[in-house]
Amino acid sequence: MSFSDILNIGLMQGFAGLSLFAVLLLMGLGLAIIFGQMGVINMAHGEFMTIGAYTVYLFSWLADNRFPRFSQTYFLVAIVAAFVIAFAVGWLVEWALIRHLYKRPLDTLLATWGLSLGMQQVFRSTFGPKEVSPTLPDWLMGSWAPHEGLDIPINGLFVLALTLVITAALLLAMYKSRWGLRVRATVANRIMANASGIDTRKTDRLTFAIGCGVAGVAGAAFTTIGSTGPTSGSLYIVDSFLVVTFGGAAHLLGTVVSAFGIAQTQSISEFFLTGSMAKVLTLLLIVFFLMIRPQGLFASKVRR
Amino acid sequence: MNTIKTWIHQHQLGGLLALALLILVILPAGLDIFRLNLFGKYLTYGFVSIGLVMLWGHSGILSLGQGVFFGLGGYCMAMFLKLEASDPISTRIQSTPGIPDFMDWNQLTALPLWWQPFHSLTFTLLAVVLVPTLLAFCISFAMFKRRVSGVYFAIITQAVALILSVLIIGQQGVTGGVNGITDLKTLLGWDIRSNSARYILYFANAGLLLACIWGCMWIQKTKLGTLLLAMRDKEDRVQFSGYDVANFKVFAFCLAAALSGIGGAMFTLQVGFMSPSFVGIIPSIEMVIFAAVGGRLSLVGAVVGTLLVNLGRSYFSESFPDLWLFLMAALFIGVVMAFPNGLAGLLDSHIKPWLARRAASRQTPVAATGDPVVPASITPTQDLPLPTTIQAQPE
Repeated sequence: MSFSDILNIGLMQGFAGLSLFAVLLLMGLGLAIIFGQMGVINMAHGEFMTIGAYTVYLFSWLADNRFPRFSQTYFLVAIVAAFVIAFAVGWLVEWALIRHLYKRPLDTLLATWGLSLGMQQVFRSTFGPKEVSPTLPDWLMGSWAPHEGLDIPINGLFVLALTLVITAALLLAMYKSRWGLRVRATVANRIMANASGIDTRKTDRLTFAIGCGVAGVAGAAFTTIGSTGPTSGSLYIVDSFLVVTFGGAAHLLGTVVSAFGIAQTQSISEFFLTGSMAKVLTLLLIVFFLMIRPQGLFASKVRR
Repeated sequence: MNTIKTWIHQHQLGGLLALALLILVILPAGLDIFRLNLFGKYLTYGFVSIGLVMLWGHSGILSLGQGVFFGLGGYCMAMFLKLEASDPISTRIQSTPGIPDFMDWNQLTALPLWWQPFHSLTFTLLAVVLVPTLLAFCISFAMFKRRVSGVYFAIITQAVALILSVLIIGQQGVTGGVNGITDLKTLLGWDIRSNSARYILYFANAGLLLACIWGCMWIQKTKLGTLLLAMRDKEDRVQFSGYDVANFKVFAFCLAAALSGIGGAMFTLQVGFMSPSFVGIIPSIEMVIFAAVGGRLSLVGAVVGTLLVNLGRSYFSESFPDLWLFLMAALFIGVVMAFPNGLAGLLDSHIKPWLARRAASRQTPVAATGDPVVPASITPTQDLPLPTTIQAQPE
């Protein structure tokens, strides 16, 4: 094996890590908004991702069977639809469930876990227990070979670009928009925010719904690299919680850095160890890190 | 007779005695050995539930990793039983006789060093309690000394559950992998699969559970228990009164871990195997719901809740497998939203006042005939709601 082969393998393995990074980051961002900013633990977050994934599958099925004209373009519409549907369900869940439990964070954990069980069963009854995959449009297939022996799959590139766009949009919204200002004010001091005329309840609901919507987009991205089953989302829930805590809750930039670090650690160690041992190693490293530095990589300056 | 009654009332042993009557007399009398063995299995989850009552209800620390300790206790016991089941004579067809069958299938030729001590029953019995406790100590000491608590602690315990289950499944050469440790036959030559052994193990398990509940009740009544309760409600005040809160939290976590470990070992003895499906995230969080349904504040209630949820599961998953997850979802959401103190809380807030009203209204006519001077408007029935409203005001 020559040096350039090793370099190519290293690059491709690194790129596989980037795909994982994309899903973890999108999941983590949604959670970081909900958990970091609002202090609500949403164990059903994975199921919102599954909602997004099934939405894409539904659109793909429609494009295949009813509207063949759209078989190349449906994917872009489906991403928007995934956001909208997850957003709407999130809005509903906040209204029905979460708003009654803001004072009891540990209980939101149990209630949303119950919610996730129910949603999984709904998926199972609607789409069947088997894993499904949408038919991807042709322009997402194939790979890009900038160099001899180096193949970079196009769907991975697309997911990465999508992630970057969403992340940039969220960071901008959080730090430049009125909504972001309201959210940050509510997090910093709920009573003062209320007193200065911010409707904190509405802010909470919008924040929760946006977090869920981002999870829906994560699901749409997920369909390009894996198949969707009723429990697909729950496989990522612990990882994404660790991404958020490792990065330092209430710090979106920390989430980006930690998602990158975790995905790359796992992907690179997968090359040397078996898949399960790579996972154990990654998780152990995170847990040890959190034991030494519980506030995560980027500590929030807010006292609470 | 009256003195016994007062004694029971003073020590709040009524619930415990009712539970003892249920699991020591009624269940064994009314069920065949197959069903009784099933109940014995459910009762082993009861150890986890009472651990969670002490940890979560009484001390305010939610752990989503109790399956880890249940599993560790169970695996310690299973390793001992497996070593006894794989003596060189009964494993002579293997390429390496004398080691557990799954090791042979995975081309291991010698017993790993850390399996060696499990040849001894004394070591195993100690390990059942000490291994979970030590792990719990390591986790909780590091976390609580740095004042990590609440949600973060719950997430870390969940990560630990994930790590251990992935590790056990991945290292199948030394742990038996996803199948776990199976084909356990004898305990010091005593066949644990026979009906008589199952009866004995059931009663040993039930007795041990009652003893553990009694021990926890005793802890709740000591100064330590009061401090744990105080820590749950106003952690800062306990800290400012000069107590090191972290130490008490570590104690509560270790206690819950030790109880779970005992439950795991009893599970292995009664069911005859141990597998990673009792270690991961899903079983761990289900154990929390057992305790929540019964009542996170009541030791006896948590055990009853465990029995009910498991009965419901075995009934529904046999008859309507699709409905079970919906029911479980409804349980999680309903318990949290509608009655956070579970069945025991309902008993205290609704059934007991109702019984008191019933008793009072039964006495009223007697009082009315005995003492006709008392006007009907101030009979006890109408007086009763008054104190409850006064009590409700401070909340």
